[in-house]
Amino acid sequence: MRAESAWARARRSLLGLAFGLALGAVLLELLGVPAGEAYAAILRAGFTGGWWALSDTLTKATPLMLCGLGCALAFRAGLWNVGAEGQLFLGAWAATGVATAWLPAGTPGALLLPLMALAGFAAGALWGALPGLMRARLGVSEILTTLMLTYVAVHWNDLFIYAVWSDRGFQMTPLFPAAAWLPRLSDLAAEHPSLAGLTLHAGFLVALAAAAALWLLMQRTRLGFELRVAGVSERVARAAGMPLGRNIVLSLALSGGLAGLAGMCEVSGVVHRLQQGFSPGYGYAAILVAWLARLHPAAVVLVSVLLAGLLSGAKQVQPGGIAMMLEGVILTSVVAADFLGRASSWRRAGRPDPGEGAP
Amino acid sequence: MTGLDLATGLLGAAVARGAPLVFTALGEMLAERAGVLNLGLEGVLLASAMAGVAGAQATGSALAGLALAVLVGALFGLLHAWLTVWLRSDQVVTGLALAFLGIGLSSVGGAPLVGELAPSFGPLALPGLVELPVVGRALFAQPWPVYLACLLLPLAHLGLSRTRWGLSVNALGESPAAAAAMGVPVRGARTACVVAGSALAGLGGGTLSLAVTPGWVDGLSAGQGWIAIGLVIVGGWRPWGIALGALVFGALSRLGLDLQGSGIPLFQDPNTGYVLSMLPYLAAILVLVAAGALGRGRSRRAPSALGRPWWPGDTHAG
Repeated sequence: MRAESAWARARRSLLGLAFGLALGAVLLELLGVPAGEAYAAILRAGFTGGWWALSDTLTKATPLMLCGLGCALAFRAGLWNVGAEGQLFLGAWAATGVATAWLPAGTPGALLLPLMALAGFAAGALWGALPGLMRARLGVSEILTTLMLTYVAVHWNDLFIYAVWSDRGFQMTPLFPAAAWLPRLSDLAAEHPSLAGLTLHAGFLVALAAAAALWLLMQRTRLGFELRVAGVSERVARAAGMPLGRNIVLSLALSGGLAGLAGMCEVSGVVHRLQQGFSPGYGYAAILVAWLARLHPAAVVLVSVLLAGLLSGAKQVQPGGIAMMLEGVILTSVVAADFLGRASSWRRAGRPDPGEGAP
Repeated sequence: MTGLDLATGLLGAAVARGAPLVFTALGEMLAERAGVLNLGLEGVLLASAMAGVAGAQATGSALAGLALAVLVGALFGLLHAWLTVWLRSDQVVTGLALAFLGIGLSSVGGAPLVGELAPSFGPLALPGLVELPVVGRALFAQPWPVYLACLLLPLAHLGLSRTRWGLSVNALGESPAAAAAMGVPVRGARTACVVAGSALAGLGGGTLSLAVTPGWVDGLSAGQGWIAIGLVIVGGWRPWGIALGALVFGALSRLGLDLQGSGIPLFQDPNTGYVLSMLPYLAAILVLVAAGALGRGRSRRAPSALGRPWWPGDTHAG
């Protein structure tokens, strides 16, 4: 199956995407939402509405890209990290701690921002490494532990949002000092008035750099090679004497770290405080991103921008669950299209080829 | 409130809250024993819970709502079986896709139902038994779907261990090639198990929204679909293990509320509440770890062919 051209696979994904959008329209109509209007509104608010729309979409693409890269890394290594949402929450929590609670007031931005990024990455990495340890040592399914830890992380954040760091009893932490804000396009509005109001922040560049770094890691380093081998066959990796357990922990930690970095970028670049519901499920959508991108870092960049447009557009449409539903329909259709295509090529070949490893 | 009242209330709540978990986990167990992993149960629970409330409201009958919930569960199962059994798609990613689908569908479809009143199942006191001290009110004044969950447990146990049918299901999960040699139509039988299992999860969703915590709110199941999948592992793919786990998690998911209402000063502090609400999930992880540490023996391992598609002509054991 590896021999199949990348183009044939991409074509099937696009077919699945188109079918998913069509099916989504039917479901929306059935549920009483006018689909044509909803899609037009999504397109306008997500992409074609002007520079602000594009800036908004790229802002939303940032966490999707970082979490999607994290998922792609883990999936490539044969590990199902489906808890990027929790890792993102914990990363946001740690970055908030650095920004508002743990350092003396007046710490300059040149020191504060790197420390926040480091804390966010470390917290996410811890939340990924724990399931990694449980999987490597005891064979506990990382699918379940990463998910359970997501719920723990959400409640952990609630504790700090509602109680420990609450701003005068409101359901949010105090606003970060300006030194803890990632620079935004609108900061340059004094020299370039056309940039006024554009919210795109430097986190987008961090995400692009992370994509490049991941590509280098997977394609150009020994560790990347070992992870890819383990992803194809644990048995081969073990037979070749690769440190399987260490690699499981490491890949889940890196995967979680990227999601944690996404959390830092969200609080530092967008909301400037920790509050409830700051993520509309970026960590879950990242699974879709990684899968649609076929775990390739460059494709993750592209897919996360497309999906961010859908998300940011769908936010303008009521009721609120539309984005999640469309994600589900699209992912299901892409999976179906993918395997339908494979089944038909098996039929032509006369015999299925067994043991195509996932993903 | 006395300690005894607290215990009675907690036991009653544990049984009631355990019931949807029992249905859902038994459904997952059935699919997994037949060799198919269904990770979409959180979506099935939510979609069927929402459909249950919608159906009950539209028809004025809680029973009709429950039937609709089961139907929705079965439809999800059919979709999962078509993709995984017949198209041999990856079971993990397909299940996750269906989870998204169900979560999103319930959120969109349920938006008009939030805060609406719908018919639900009230407690049904069993004459005589309800008079028993302490446990009477806790165990024997439950809505009837809760009794159904208790009844299903021995049936599932006997069905799987003592009948020809149970033998076939086990063969599907352990060695589909052997099952085929026995004359079991592997793909059809796996489809039946996945559909029935998902319909059971639909029953769980309906029980949740029509009997245990009546009414619809977005995200009603709060991760119980995932917990149910964990329970199957913790329970060693056996009905009684699952029942014990469901009872413990039912109690834990209620413990926070009860302790806060108990008047003990420590638990009046709202901060404690946030920590307590992490408990069911932390406990689930701890139990999985313990099961992993202790369960190296052969008796509680997963079905050998779990996650692997099968096609006529395949001779490999799994």
